[in-house]
Amino acid sequence: MLEFPKWKIWLVSLVVTAGILLSIPSLLAGTPYADAWPKWLPQYKISLGLDLAGGSHLLLEADAGDAQKQRLQSMEDSVSTELRRDPRIDIGDISTAGGRLSFLVRNPTQVDAAVDRMRNLTRPVALTGNRDWDVGVVDSTRVVLTPTPSGTAQALKDAMSVARDVVRRRIDPGGTKEITVITEGGNRILVEVPGVENPETLKQLIGQTARLEFKLVDLSASPADVQQGRAPPGSQVLQMADGTGFIAVKRRVMVSGDQLTDAKQSYDQDGRPDIDITFNTAGARRFARATQENTGKPFAIILDDKVLSAPNINEPILGGRANITGGNFTVQSAHDLAVSLASGKLPVKLNFIEERTVSAELGRDSIHKGVIASVIGTLGVIIFMLITYGRFGVYANIALVVNAFLILGIMAMFNATLTLPGIAGFILTIGAAVDANVLINERIREEIHRGRRIIDAVETGYREAMRAIFDANVTHVISASIMAYFGSGPVRGFAIVLLIGVVTSVFTAVYFTRMLVALWIRRTRPRAIHI
Amino acid sequence: MKLLKLVPDHTNVDFMRWRNVALVLSIIVTVASISYTFYRGLNLGIDFVGGELVRAEFAQPLHIDELRGRVDSLCGCQASIQALGKTDRTYQIRLPKPAGPEAASNAVVSKVRAAIPQEYPGARVDAGESVSGKVSEELAADSAKAIGFAMIGIAIYIWFRFEWQFGVGALVTLGHDIAMTLGFFAITQLPVDLNVVAAFLTIVGYSLNDTVVIYDRIRENLRKYRKMSILPLLNLSLNETLARTVVTSLTVLIALGVLMLIGPEVIFGLAIAIFLGVIIGTYSSIYISVASLVWIGVKPDSFLKGDEKDEAEPQPA
Repeated sequence: MLEFPKWKIWLVSLVVTAGILLSIPSLLAGTPYADAWPKWLPQYKISLGLDLAGGSHLLLEADAGDAQKQRLQSMEDSVSTELRRDPRIDIGDISTAGGRLSFLVRNPTQVDAAVDRMRNLTRPVALTGNRDWDVGVVDSTRVVLTPTPSGTAQALKDAMSVARDVVRRRIDPGGTKEITVITEGGNRILVEVPGVENPETLKQLIGQTARLEFKLVDLSASPADVQQGRAPPGSQVLQMADGTGFIAVKRRVMVSGDQLTDAKQSYDQDGRPDIDITFNTAGARRFARATQENTGKPFAIILDDKVLSAPNINEPILGGRANITGGNFTVQSAHDLAVSLASGKLPVKLNFIEERTVSAELGRDSIHKGVIASVIGTLGVIIFMLITYGRFGVYANIALVVNAFLILGIMAMFNATLTLPGIAGFILTIGAAVDANVLINERIREEIHRGRRIIDAVETGYREAMRAIFDANVTHVISASIMAYFGSGPVRGFAIVLLIGVVTSVFTAVYFTRMLVALWIRRTRPRAIHI
Repeated sequence: MKLLKLVPDHTNVDFMRWRNVALVLSIIVTVASISYTFYRGLNLGIDFVGGELVRAEFAQPLHIDELRGRVDSLCGCQASIQALGKTDRTYQIRLPKPAGPEAASNAVVSKVRAAIPQEYPGARVDAGESVSGKVSEELAADSAKAIGFAMIGIAIYIWFRFEWQFGVGALVTLGHDIAMTLGFFAITQLPVDLNVVAAFLTIVGYSLNDTVVIYDRIRENLRKYRKMSILPLLNLSLNETLARTVVTSLTVLIALGVLMLIGPEVIFGLAIAIFLGVIIGTYSSIYISVASLVWIGVKPDSFLKGDEKDEAEPQPA
């Protein structure tokens, strides 16, 4: 008991000092003294959960039906493109019914060639040994492509990671904000944005579709037909965005918004808001060719199937830059549209399945009340321990305070998130952490009543109590781990504080107090213990 | 300095004398608790049934019926409104689950959210939550699973560390504590949200805290006093650990009591559930955990190995 080697004293002191130093930046955060903390000392900070900092939490889920539909559609496009190439294979009756893609090969001798070329379109799925589509033939002339489960899963995974990046760019085009956008459970995206108190603005940003297309205006259509919604073959009738009527445009897309590298809100010559766009290499080439071939003719700028404007091509546009005008833009709507154009297209429709917001005021109020409750609760426990165990209560109380610093220090080091239930976990840990000292002190009392000598009683007290302390703490670890595994955000924050608290409380209550007691006994050699 | 001794030294309370009375009482209360929970139902929050919630703070005190009338006419539905705190200024408005299986939010909540600051100048919308049916079903299933796994996990741990009889005792104790706390939530109709589930899991961990300490002492005494019959041995173990049981329960109750009384309202449910759980857990560690050992038939020699048994209880020749 009394043998407490120097190196152990140093080690324990080192851990305690580190805990205190690590926790101070988090305690100073938000107070006027925050700047007084020297820069050469640790700067780790605990982050605050949305329920304390204020902000919005959104959970989005991929629409499985839409994901499948989009995948079939893009396969249909590749199939048509592939079979039109030389040597061309004529097909008909393309169908996507029943979640499969099938088509008739007009010339029965080409069925095998078609199947071969389809096989070449499919790709192996990493690590599974399967391909992403099964290719088969039914009724000897109908080729059927069936998505394989591993192919579907891979496609969803790819789509989700693209969708996550698109969502991030839409919310935070500058990439400067501290937001969380992560995929969860394969088909979900969790979005957490501190400071935003109205989720509607976020939802609008995320949900904007913004399908931008440039198409030639069909001048051969008669205005009367167009007003009645009839268009010549190869053309379609679209509504003007400002509601001034209808216009016929060629179905073929000159160039689309997928081929942009950048879009920015700007102003036209008359000072009205517009959007500057920059095409990527392929887009720039297509735009240049189309404007060269059609100089003098009008083209339509189409957003989500509505025509924003139909300016004349005065000269070929070769630099890959253009600007979109005529949408009756405000600065805000032009800015929002630019963001969604620049962020790209969402590969899959996302549904909002959970939303939670907390105002910064409520968060501050919660912190304030939580801190006051923590301080008063701790003082209550300290006074109670002091009047119950005297000197040994003082040791337990020093351990308790050190424990509080250690919990905060470890949370800061791992950049853990403190939530409102986490504060409750902190207070609970304060109340429960002294349990180990109660066990030890009661055992020492008992051993002294049994007539043991002081050193012997203290030694036995620590040794015998250790077993119960260990078992009792394992039950906490089991329930807190299960909570951390199943729980969501705030509840997980609670579980993490409990888990850290269990580990640190065993250290402070057992090793740290033991050191204090050993040093005291060694120094004073007491004849009687008041406990 | 005179130290406080809540429990005098050398107590000799005959706890086990009351075990039958306590057992009957516990069975009655547990059965009543479970039946009442089924009869009345829990006030499940939107976390578990889906729906929408808006929390608003008003500049002036406001009567709940006035607010209810306004909100009902705004949304064309039956909103449930609850006052938070005692100032008649903070209210929680709960709206039914939005139409459609997937979407979390509909126009109604945005309308209510937008209308409150307009209709009541100075009012502030403090928090809004909306949970779809799908998410709430998952949360409910996960919560039930978590509580179940935690109970079984802890019972298995106790079985490994002690003996199977102790594991059974622990499981019965946990069932008892959870049933009682559920009954409390059914009677008070306090909303049950994710935080309350966290509280239940904490109770599962903490209610066994006392039990483990007392079991540890029973095991120690079973080895020490091989000739003592079981009831006096259990009483001795309970008396030896009584001071610790009282002091630890009190420190936890002091901390939680402060949290419950002056802590943030949002976690009142969590605080009161754990507070209650600690009280129930202290009682049940004595009258359920320990008493159940008698019912399962633990004898002084139950845990002795074969040869130790021969030594302790010589076979008749």
